[in-house]
Amino acid sequence: MPGPFQYLVWFLCTLLEVSVVVCSAARGSFRRYLSLNVYMFAACFVNLARFKILFTYGYLSPEYGYFYYYSDLLLTIGLYCALMGLYSRVFEEMGAGKYVRLGAVLLLLGTAAFSFAIVQQSSSRLAGHFVVDSRVMGHLVLEASQNLYFVGLVLTYVLWGAMLKLRETRTRLIQLVLALGLYFSVFAASYALRNLYTSLDGVWPYLIPISGCLLPLAWTYAFWRIPEDARITPSRLAVAPR
Amino acid sequence: MMAAFILVCSVVTLLQFFVWYCRSLIAASAKEALSPEVRDVTGIARAASGEDFTRVMQLLQLCPERPEDRGSIQAVGTYFGLLNFMRATLARMIPSMRAWTESERGSCAYFAAIALERRIAFSRGMLAQQMES
Repeated sequence: MPGPFQYLVWFLCTLLEVSVVVCSAARGSFRRYLSLNVYMFAACFVNLARFKILFTYGYLSPEYGYFYYYSDLLLTIGLYCALMGLYSRVFEEMGAGKYVRLGAVLLLLGTAAFSFAIVQQSSSRLAGHFVVDSRVMGHLVLEASQNLYFVGLVLTYVLWGAMLKLRETRTRLIQLVLALGLYFSVFAASYALRNLYTSLDGVWPYLIPISGCLLPLAWTYAFWRIPEDARITPSRLAVAPR
Repeated sequence: MMAAFILVCSVVTLLQFFVWYCRSLIAASAKEALSPEVRDVTGIARAASGEDFTRVMQLLQLCPERPEDRGSIQAVGTYFGLLNFMRATLARMIPSMRAWTESERGSCAYFAAIALERRIAFSRGMLAQQMES
């Protein structure tokens, strides 16, 4: 059962997700960044639904477990859609948005197929057993999440590389993409670490929810503080001194 | 094997994204000018230096917090710590890195001074509202 700290972070995260949508709408950017806002709205809805299921069925119930992992998977796919929205914002002037989106969808399907293959291979190994160990199932879920977050990270890295190459100057767009890159990196690293060191079970109930607050916090800041017409020189962001 | 590969790549990109994100925060505030009043208070006469950062952060803590800039100030504070670490280790071996870390630390101090300017304006606004009501 989650403790007071987890409930507090959970509540804070939901509040921050709402604040992204509110700030974006208040600054007149709701439709411009529609995919990001829809994702944040969905994340907020999922948080509330998880809370309801937790209180109705309990933390250790299969209902909560299934809802948690399936909604997590759907949210990750939603985040891919948000990323594709950012791709189309970056490439809108080149008219290459639809090709990039097609590539991203193919990559997503490829990752899903790869993860499914891993799950099926492990299931066939388990076929001889009458009872599937819940720890093995948990491991499979972790592996699939780790792969999905890593592909998200690679896609964000490619997008950032393209933005530097195209000398993208829109400050808000830059901050939205960099925050997404940070989020994917933290989650991919967390899931990989969790896969490697299963003994560190006590750390994850704290690390994962806190990391989940990063993205809505950074996006709220970007929508609230950075005006849409703000510009920066991309060379300022290059690490090497010029 | 796959998990280890993903872990290493993710940690490397995490560091890169963190540095780029902090630089984008700093670059966004670099265009704003400091008022003579804040220059007086912080002691930043012309260009800010890394040595000013701690003093400006102490002044920042004296002002009422603005919730929307708390995260960015913490991020830049962590970036400043990372720069200090690089200055104490890598920059001793690579002279060009020393100049770069110094300039970055100065940018962090300027970012903090701009945040101080905003907090002072925010506090004045709140005080004015209280006086009116």
